[in-house]
Formats: sequence, structure tokens, C-alpha cells
Amino acid sequence: MPVAVQAHELYFAYNSIQVLSNVTFTLNTGDYCGLVGPNGSGKTTLIRIILGFSGADAGSLTLFEETPLTFRRWNKIGYVPQRLAAFNPQFPATVKEIVALGLLSKHSFPRRPFKYEAESIERALKLMDIVGIANKLIGELSGGQQQRVFIARALVNEPDLLILDEPTAALDPEIREHFFGVLRNLNETSGTTILIVTHDIGSIGKYASTLLYLDKKVIFHGTFDEFCFSADMGEYFGPFSQHVICHRHD
Amino acid sequence: MEILDFLSHGFIQKALLAGSFIAISCSTLGVFLVLRRLSLIGDGLAHVTFGGVAMGMLFGVLPLYAAIPVVMASSIAILKLVERARLFGDAAIGMVSSLGIAGGIVLASVAGGFNIDLFSYLFGNILAISESEVITSIGVSMGVILMVLLLFHELLSLTFDEESARASGIKTGRINTILVLLTALTVVLAMKVVGIMLISSLLIVPPVTALQIARSFRGTMAFASGISVLSVVAGVFLSVVLDLPTGATIVILNFILFIASLVYKRLRA
Repeated sequence: MPVAVQAHELYFAYNSIQVLSNVTFTLNTGDYCGLVGPNGSGKTTLIRIILGFSGADAGSLTLFEETPLTFRRWNKIGYVPQRLAAFNPQFPATVKEIVALGLLSKHSFPRRPFKYEAESIERALKLMDIVGIANKLIGELSGGQQQRVFIARALVNEPDLLILDEPTAALDPEIREHFFGVLRNLNETSGTTILIVTHDIGSIGKYASTLLYLDKKVIFHGTFDEFCFSADMGEYFGPFSQHVICHRHD
Repeated sequence: MEILDFLSHGFIQKALLAGSFIAISCSTLGVFLVLRRLSLIGDGLAHVTFGGVAMGMLFGVLPLYAAIPVVMASSIAILKLVERARLFGDAAIGMVSSLGIAGGIVLASVAGGFNIDLFSYLFGNILAISESEVITSIGVSMGVILMVLLLFHELLSLTFDEESARASGIKTGRINTILVLLTALTVVLAMKVVGIMLISSLLIVPPVTALQIARSFRGTMAFASGISVLSVVAGVFLSVVLDLPTGATIVILNFILFIASLVYKRLRA
């Protein structure tokens, strides 16, 4: 199976604090992987290394069989960063203008969306159910609506790999579950590979095909069922916590 | 008829022509600077302009031409202090602008003081703009506006969310460098319109006014340019008719338009 992301013995330290240690995993194309772990476990650092924002201190990583530093096919990647809640609420762009920005990775200088790409924008708006607010200013929307706009921007290119860093933090549990379902539908119908960072192991477990549990190193990588029935995870979390995470009633 | 008489004067035509082009380049760049909370970079670079002007006067070079390389180098210095030395943006701007002013004072002292038209550079005197300065202003402004148009989507993406811009393959470092260099050029040009002390108003006030009324990003750019040109044209006219300092009149008109936009926004809500 073709490989989307392959990490081999990654190490990364920041200000002498080890953030990632011996991280090895493979994300195959077509996977829907939930990247989970406690605060400070290195999830966002790992995403930053995958996207080439930071380099690992040691080890290797490939993105569609290229290193992130030499990778140029950015239109294959859709990315929803963690800190979008911090954007300026007075930003004067409409939903449509923001979604169109996702198309820039397809173009070289001067980067600008073409008129024929209006269909791609419409499709992304429909997919995230935000057609009705296309001409509203981004700052006028609720947190949940804004998040859907950012995801539409990441999807407008029909990326092969969608990376989302805690996209559901601003959403209430019901919308969060719906959102995980939308991603699963995208994964199943378009074959889009998905890597999503979340704290909500219980919810993502029901939708993702694999879980990657990170706590500076890879603690677990497998299916949600394997996670729930793993004796090692029972020992790591304690049987009660594992039970709660998995909602098991056996 | 009076307006036609007014427009028939060569110095008025030059002031309106150069002022309008400079106003458009200031306001279009200003939209990005304001939204990226870099508004004060204009103020900081304006202070550096004082050093450049003093250097030009000392060495007998036209101050506009002397200031351009000095201010461009300073804009890069601010960027590098933030990126490499990890200084906060406002601290880097404050340091470089203080150095610019200090350098200007030292140069003025070495030269035994400048009693010619340093005052006109501090407070602007677009009515006294020379033909070569008009040509330079229009040429450089057109270059700045063209670059903003070519890089519009990259600048918009970077301004909205730098991380996603990087993940789109946009060379964010390069675009940031271009943005500060264009700002440096524009600040030097704006010196002639409103003066070193008031340059930041041309960069900040029209975009902030446009933000109160525009309903899209393109709309913000268009409104900011329109407001800026209106304030320059009306400012030149009023300053001549009422015998007021042109630069200060332009700034006050800009502020009145800002208050009007706030009222409009309130009424609309």
C-alpha cells in the first residue's frame, strides 16, 4: 500500500526538553488516523515536523516519499492548524475569500485562484454545509461555523492528505461527533488520508480506522478495538480508565 | 470656476498627482500592516527616515534618495531582529527607530545644524514637491501597487493565517521581507506628503476607517484607497484655501472620515 507519511526514529528537543523520542510509525494512504495523547505529548510538534515547519533533531520522515524540506506538491496536503481561534475577529474577509485561499497551493507566481475553480469552492462550501454563509464576514460567524470554513479551505483542493490539529476544540460534543462522521465519509468516498489531532479518544475511536497514541514516544498504534482490548493499554492507563475511554460495558 | 483655477496651478497638479499615488500605496500596504498588528512599523521607519534625511543633507544628496536605502536596510534589520534574535516586534521597531532618530541628531550636530528645510521633512510640504520627486513618487508608488496586486493572495493568506500559508507552499519569509521593503519605500515617499511625524497616519487611519465599513477584503482595499485619496485631495484644497499646513490638514481629514465611519457603522447596526 502506498505510504503517505513515514516516520523513523524521530527525536526532537526544545530548550533541552525532549519532546519526541524514537517516534516511528507509518500512515498508509486511505488511513483515517486519530493522533491522541495528553497535553505536551508532542502531537503538534509531530505535525509541524510532518509539514516541514521544524526539522527533527534525528531520524527521518517522508511525506509521499519525499522529505518535507524538499516536498513541493503542497496541493496534495490540506491543513487545519490549531490556533485559528486566535485569528483577528475583525478580519474583513468573506467565507468565500477564505475558502479560495486553499487553492493557492496549486498555483505558482502570481498565485491566484482561476475563475473555473469557483466550482471547487462551491463543492467545498457544500461539503461543509456553509453555502448559505458564503458572503458573510468570517468574524461574524460562531466558533463552530468558523471551524467549518477553515476545514472547507483545507478541502477545496481535494487533498490526498488532510492534517487537522485539534479542529474540534471549539465545537460542542454533538457537532464534534457529526464532524468526525463527515471526515469518515470523506475518507471512505474520496479515499482522502486523514491525520487528526484530538483529545477525544472515545469519539474519534468510533470513526477513525487507526489510533496513534503519543506521549513523547509512540505508546500505541492500531485500531480502536485493539486499543480497547490491549492488555498493555490496560496496564498503561489502568483498567478503569481504559474502560471509560472505550465505553465498554463488559 | 474657482476649482478650475485651483487645478490650473502647476504646484497643485503636482501635489495632487504625487499625493494620490502615495496615498494609494500607503493605504493598500496599510491594510496588511494593520491586520498583522504591524501598524507601528510605519512610525518606526518614519523615525529612521529622519536619520536618512539628515545623512542626505550632510552629504549633499537629495534627502529622498538618501533616505530610501537607509530605511530599507532598517526595515530588514527590524525583520531580522524579530526572526533571528527572537525580539518582540514592537521592541525591535522601538530599537531601530530610536537608533534612526539618534543617528539623525548626531549627523545634524556634526553638520552644525540644518536650518534649511529639515522642518519641511518633519511636517511635510507636498505643495513644494519638485518635478523629479513627482516622477519618483509616481514610479515607486506604481511599483508598490503592482507588487501588492501580484502578491495579493499570498499577502492575504499570510495575513489571515501564516501557518496555513506555509502549508500551502507560500514562502512566508520571502513575502514578509517584500512587505517590509515595500513599506520602507512607501514611508520615504509619504514623508513628502505629511512629514516624518505624521507618516503612520497615512498607513493606519484609512485602513482602519475602511475596516469599519467594508464587507470583503477587496472592499477594504478599495475603501482604504478611496478614503486616502479623498483625504489628500481635500486636504490639499482646504490647506490652500484656508492657509493651513497641508500634511496636518490631510491627517485631520483622515481622522474626521474615521469618526464618520464609526457613526455609519453604529447607524447600520
